[in-house]
Amino acid sequence: QVQLVVPMAVVFAPGSVPGDLPRPLPFRDVQEMEISVNLRTSVTSRYEMRYRSTTAQEEAALAAATAREADAALYPLQDTTLGSLTMYVVPETSSLLPQGINVYVGKHRSALLRAGGGLAALQARLREVTQLMSFTATSIAAALSDRVPDGQLGPDARRNLKSSLGYEITFSLLNPDPKSHTVDWDIEGAVNRFVKPVLDKLSLVANFSVAGGILYYAVLGVTPRYDKESSSFLLSAHSLPHVINPVEARLGSSAASLYPVLNFLLYVPERSHSPLYIQDKDGAPVSTNAFHSPRWGGIMVYNVEAPASPQVSLPLHVDVDMARVMEVFLAQLRLLFGLSREEVPPEFLLEGPGNEGLADWELDHLLWAHAVENIATVSTTLTSLAQLLDKIGNIVIKDDVASEVYRAVASVQSAVTELSLGHLLAAFQASKEAVTCSERAFFDPSLLHLLYFPDDQKFAIYIPLFLPMAVPILLSLAKIVRESRLRKKEPTKMD
Amino acid sequence: FQDQAEQFFRSGHTNNWAVLVCTSRFWFNYRHVANTLSVYRSVKRLGIPDSHIVLMLADDMACNPRNPKPATVFSHKNMELNVYGDDVEVDYRSYEVTVENFLRVLTGRIPPSTPRSKRLLSDDRSNILIYMTGHGGNGFLKFQDSEEITNVELADAFEQMWQKRRYNELLFIIDTCQGASMYERFYSPNIMALASSQVGEDSLSHQPDLGIGVHLMDRYTFYVLEFLEEIHPASQTNMNDLFQVCPKSLCVSTPGHRTDLFQRDPQNVLITDFFGSVRKVEITTETLSLDRDVPGLESKFPEEELATEPLKYAEQLPVAQIIHQKPKQKDWHPPGGFILGLWALIIMVFFKTYGIKHMKHVF
Repeated sequence: QVQLVVPMAVVFAPGSVPGDLPRPLPFRDVQEMEISVNLRTSVTSRYEMRYRSTTAQEEAALAAATAREADAALYPLQDTTLGSLTMYVVPETSSLLPQGINVYVGKHRSALLRAGGGLAALQARLREVTQLMSFTATSIAAALSDRVPDGQLGPDARRNLKSSLGYEITFSLLNPDPKSHTVDWDIEGAVNRFVKPVLDKLSLVANFSVAGGILYYAVLGVTPRYDKESSSFLLSAHSLPHVINPVEARLGSSAASLYPVLNFLLYVPERSHSPLYIQDKDGAPVSTNAFHSPRWGGIMVYNVEAPASPQVSLPLHVDVDMARVMEVFLAQLRLLFGLSREEVPPEFLLEGPGNEGLADWELDHLLWAHAVENIATVSTTLTSLAQLLDKIGNIVIKDDVASEVYRAVASVQSAVTELSLGHLLAAFQASKEAVTCSERAFFDPSLLHLLYFPDDQKFAIYIPLFLPMAVPILLSLAKIVRESRLRKKEPTKMD
Repeated sequence: FQDQAEQFFRSGHTNNWAVLVCTSRFWFNYRHVANTLSVYRSVKRLGIPDSHIVLMLADDMACNPRNPKPATVFSHKNMELNVYGDDVEVDYRSYEVTVENFLRVLTGRIPPSTPRSKRLLSDDRSNILIYMTGHGGNGFLKFQDSEEITNVELADAFEQMWQKRRYNELLFIIDTCQGASMYERFYSPNIMALASSQVGEDSLSHQPDLGIGVHLMDRYTFYVLEFLEEIHPASQTNMNDLFQVCPKSLCVSTPGHRTDLFQRDPQNVLITDFFGSVRKVEITTETLSLDRDVPGLESKFPEEELATEPLKYAEQLPVAQIIHQKPKQKDWHPPGGFILGLWALIIMVFFKTYGIKHMKHVF
């Protein structure tokens, strides 16, 4: 029922047009694919492609020295509506793409592909790139994880943050040893410089609020092991799950907000346990010295450099390098949202997103997944609400609940329409509105049904009340009936 | 490959919640409060934080005038273990423990003014432990001596939770008389249930303490607590061991369990999947490369706080009013059709039987 439409433009630079094109440029083509999630739910993806050749300005841009410069020059010439993609095909011999790289994906919504191998190979490559930049069958299945039959996805696939109207992000500094370390972290500055640009870019997806704090005398739940070879302390990978619990109880999540909370903790180890490194499963120290937990947040261990001279007055003053810390925390934030760049084929080169935190196409990726998830949630909620009302006849629906339901239905219909027209942003906003209305309707406090009267209780209450009363009535009725029948039989008795 | 096989049997949950309900009040039901507080203590010890525990207690034991040791609730005779301690966070206390509030917590249909600590904010990746204790019967559980919750209502509440995917897996433990009747009607998937006694059997209490004068705990929960004291956050004990706790020789009643709605084999379900809070973690291998020479954006936070109205404490439940209120004056409604018809029938029959001339004796 849901059709996801991606408007795309495929632009051929001179010398890159494959010989076996079905029609001369420019022409349009449509490719449809069905992603079926279970027996009853399936999502159709429809790529509406416009094939054309480059304009003079685009040719000038493609004459740049590196792919990154070409991407920057092409950006003002592109269609920048959310959800659309532009693919530039460059000749096989072009020096724009480095050796061995066939696809370069830029920061915005475009990619450079190397021609070669005829139309079929080009289309296969196109399909790979467009799926990476918009949505794949896996990402749609993960968004609709409720409906996937169990066993197909595996327990680790449903870990991304669920689509929500807002998220609360907290940054905490854990200092277990204030006698030895006085830790200074400029969290406000770091939030302004590094975190705000990322959250501004994500503001289309949800509302974010940021809080921060410092926790003293917080200990990890695990004692690290001393390793003589590296003369450092090590935390092994399988002891990490037990680290979070003792800390979490003292973190103090916000009492006012009902949004999901993401906690990012920076742990400065005690002097007696420094330096502290995290070991992965193979025993090698982790370069980031950090780990994260799905739907919860991340923890990073920040080692203080040992002072040069052993006789130094405690406490040591520590100035935290916020840029290094934020690089890790923002990477963890991306991973929590499901934006990972790990499963990319080796011949692809992805441009780093820089300070914005995520590329435009990654934002689109999130919006596609969340829009589909929202639509699925709304339909499940409204269906189960209808089933509830069918089953329990005497629930009263207030007017405002009814109006929320109508609004939810109207919004979800408009979301599906916008998706089929290829307007991603409008569809996402309609789906968000639909979710808000349907949740408000479903969780309205007035819909609680408490009165359950099983049949045997009804008998038990009413029979002792009415049976004794009914006995003389029924006997008298029988007497009346008998008398009237007798009178009818002998009408001549009257004189 | 070993990793994949491991993953297949693991639960897919990312957070843990616990809803612990004690449905009795009054001094002679001391053991129910001790039961609930013992489970609360174990659950906290194994890692679930207070923010993820909804504790509903009548909480009239520790400060009861009949308590010879005020501010304590003991779970073992000779006063070995004070489960009340100083770190107990009761979310619904005293008269707030009602069937309505319990169902509101489960289904999420809570008035918007409810604070976060009183809500069950679980999602589709939450494993929830629900423990109930009190006085029960065949198909019902008595709440605070004035109302009941039936097994059908409970099953419907769980179905509402499933519809909205408010849990990944649910463990339901009940320690009352005829406890098995409460889980007979469940029909939602991913629920495992344990009860202290079968239908027709009573759950018995463990030992009285002569110093305090009441029974301190129920047998089933006592042996469950002993079992849980051996568990630590990293232990690999599974549910089959929990099913063996308290055989008939110790418990006198026959504990029962129900696993047909649960998808995984109980052999593969760890105790800490429900009683503890062991999180899935991943090593972070990616970093984002940031350009460090970014000028700071102007701080958008306003300098002064806007003056807000002084906040007042809002009574959640006006207990004083409830205790002292007089019965509500109901508005008088004229009798409805059924009653009128019934009375008309009675009067008609009376006068037909005995004759209309007797009317003058009436008036």
